[in-house]
Amino acid sequence: MTDKPSESDKPDEAKKEEAPAAKPAPAKPPAKPPVKELPKPVFNEHPTHPAYQGRASRLLHANRMAPNRVWEDKWRLPRYRNGAIMLAGILGGLTVGAVLIDRFGMTVWMKLWNTLFAVLGRVAAAAGASADSVAAAKAFAETSPWIWSPLKVILVLHVILVAPIFLVWWERKISAHMQSRFGPMYVGWFHGVLQTVADGIKLLLKENIQPASADSWVHRLAPAVVCFPAILAFAPVSFGGDLIAADIDVSVVYIFAMAGISVVGIMMAGWGSGNKYSLLGGLRSAAQLVSYELPRGFAIMPVIMFAGSLSLVRIADAQSGTWFGFVPRWFIFYPVVGQLSFLIFLIASVAETNRTPFDIPEAESELVAGFHTEYSGMRFSLFFLAEYAYMLLACLLMSAFFFGGGNPPLPGLDFVPGWYWFLGKTMALVFLFMWFRWTFPRLRVDRVMDLCWKFLLPWSFANIAFAGLYLLF
Amino acid sequence: MTETAADNKPKLKSDQMFINLGPQHPSTHGVLRIGLTIEGEIIVNAVPDVGYLHRGTEKLAEIRGYHHCVVLSDRWDYLNAMGNNMVFCMAAEKLMGVEVPERAQQLRVLMLELNRIASHLLFFGTYGIDIGAFTAFLHAFREREMVLDLFEMVCGARMTYNYIRLGGVMKELPKEWLDRCREFVPFFKKRLAEYDDLLSFNPIFLDRTKTVGAVGGKEALAWGWSGPNLRASGVPYDMRKFQPYSSYEKFDFEIPVGKDGSCWDRYYCRVREMHESLKIVEQVLGGLPEGPILGKGVAKVPKAPPGETYAAIEGARGDLGIHLVSDGNMSPYRLHVKAPSFINLQILQEMLVGQKISDVVAILGSIDIVLGEVDR
Repeated sequence: MTDKPSESDKPDEAKKEEAPAAKPAPAKPPAKPPVKELPKPVFNEHPTHPAYQGRASRLLHANRMAPNRVWEDKWRLPRYRNGAIMLAGILGGLTVGAVLIDRFGMTVWMKLWNTLFAVLGRVAAAAGASADSVAAAKAFAETSPWIWSPLKVILVLHVILVAPIFLVWWERKISAHMQSRFGPMYVGWFHGVLQTVADGIKLLLKENIQPASADSWVHRLAPAVVCFPAILAFAPVSFGGDLIAADIDVSVVYIFAMAGISVVGIMMAGWGSGNKYSLLGGLRSAAQLVSYELPRGFAIMPVIMFAGSLSLVRIADAQSGTWFGFVPRWFIFYPVVGQLSFLIFLIASVAETNRTPFDIPEAESELVAGFHTEYSGMRFSLFFLAEYAYMLLACLLMSAFFFGGGNPPLPGLDFVPGWYWFLGKTMALVFLFMWFRWTFPRLRVDRVMDLCWKFLLPWSFANIAFAGLYLLF
Repeated sequence: MTETAADNKPKLKSDQMFINLGPQHPSTHGVLRIGLTIEGEIIVNAVPDVGYLHRGTEKLAEIRGYHHCVVLSDRWDYLNAMGNNMVFCMAAEKLMGVEVPERAQQLRVLMLELNRIASHLLFFGTYGIDIGAFTAFLHAFREREMVLDLFEMVCGARMTYNYIRLGGVMKELPKEWLDRCREFVPFFKKRLAEYDDLLSFNPIFLDRTKTVGAVGGKEALAWGWSGPNLRASGVPYDMRKFQPYSSYEKFDFEIPVGKDGSCWDRYYCRVREMHESLKIVEQVLGGLPEGPILGKGVAKVPKAPPGETYAAIEGARGDLGIHLVSDGNMSPYRLHVKAPSFINLQILQEMLVGQKISDVVAILGSIDIVLGEVDR
């Protein structure tokens, strides 16, 4: 370092001497090279959506020093008015649609049905068969359980399989709006409705990864064991009118029995993954689900006592009519007993579906992802599907047990079909579940158990006693 | 290091389980690894293991010029980079005898407090996630974004600012900056009130955090704690009051102090500190003096006279200090950082024993470490 300056001085001096001599020398400046046109900056804007117009990418340097436009957009509070108008529009549209389907849909369907058999009759006549055989076939199709039952089962099955697709999108939108975000916006024509479909396709195409330490068969079987009862449990749920896969007399018992099987699947997933976090999640889940079955079951005992039936359809029917002409005879409006059993059932249902205040089996910040840490692709999404199916089931049950099923909230609203009220109440309760999830922190394991055994269970017993007193007097 | 987590493995009894919490885990806030021996859900032994983010910045400083060391300092505690710049510049200025003009001092205070808000906001959000409340995180990030925008306007960077330079600050405030900042203060005040509704006094949150991780004042001092953690244990020690620097003595603010040093106290101390920081920001905005922003006498390649010095500030995580030794050359002879995160972390091995797995996350989150500062 110290030697260098003395050496480097010489060339510097030489340059200084040359420089003034060189300056006046050039007569004309050298021709400038043609200026290369720089490509126009492409801003990272969404091409169509108005929410993204004028919102240039924050990553561009030009914007970095003058973030005014971005700033103003960001500091504006969300406009709830537009959202409220949109929501009212959607709800109104759905109501009108439901009424129209109820009024005209069935007649259209019957006309189609009759036309089908008229065409069949002509074909049969052309083939030389008698008209009676076609009429007999029609009568058979309309009365026989062999045609209608499979159709109903397929319909109900699709409700369960399609509903989670919608519910996941809905949950993502709700969570996004609670967190001042947009949520999915791109896939599909309306606010990213098809996002979940795209995600489902992605999950289907993904590889099923199995850890080396996994118990292969248990690991593979677990998602099916979780998902299968979730679907079966929907059998006695009525989606309005005759649309019920199997009207069982003991449907309440059946549903709880089916839902109880899923615990085995979760345990299998926890054990079979060969992962300690999964194991802990599985154990937590087993403890939690088995515990909360009890208050959940006892909470609806008053309802069963009042309705005098274990069938969902008859429990819902028992709540028709009003008090004083305007208060519907729903079980939630039975003083003290109704509210208490609803609260216990609600809390226990949230715990049964492993959702947030009670999501200790899959507690992300503690156990990574709990029992489904080691699952990928479609096997993971089966757990997901089961979770949402159970949430839907819990809400369907609550609207049937406590909110009068398909009975309208006010006496003048009979013209709107029952299934609309039923699904509407269910969706409102689903929203409640999602609201819980995105506002509450998670309880600790021991507190979850305390809440169940020391609070919910004693109160559910007391509640049964209250209901008994009610029925006595 | 006396004992690594791996050493414990063969000693396990049949009814105990060894779990690696980290280095890749959603809630270790970086690459911390804790070797947990558990019996069911109860922790029998916990061994924190650090060093996964070691970049050797202290050694690197020995071959960098003083201006370049400021850049290195951004990388220690990347959430409180202004504080790091500040403490290094303070030490170097002390050695070189550089006077910082009044305006630069107050700009430094402004930036430090805004950065404290940003850092505590990140703590607020991630602590919510640790406890299981996700929404608080995004709400906190929305406000943090605004602070980062302010920083971006003033120095072009959102994380590694390098704004505080030897002898003053890098740049004069842009034209609209003060208006933006004045807009931000009342907006954020409203939000802070919302945070209390959303998380601070949620019964589940209280239940999770008030009952665990209590550290008494004496114990906290014995483990060398500082910053909000120490104040939560009831010791009102704050470098800004105790040993004012950069004209902190001119501003009026309180020291939030906790009662029993539980996780909730540590959490709420930080929330209240955001209020206090806002107060300071308001005061600075009210009477920002005019004048130069860079002191005289800082060479392009500065050389500090031989000697050593120690400078400390109240960082977002505690008492952040620098021990700087110079041999008269253009780079420091030795630079040592007294990193509050590293010191606060050590108590974990004692605190975690006997708690549940869920509490590990609650306690670790409440100590609010930044692994960049732990490992440097």
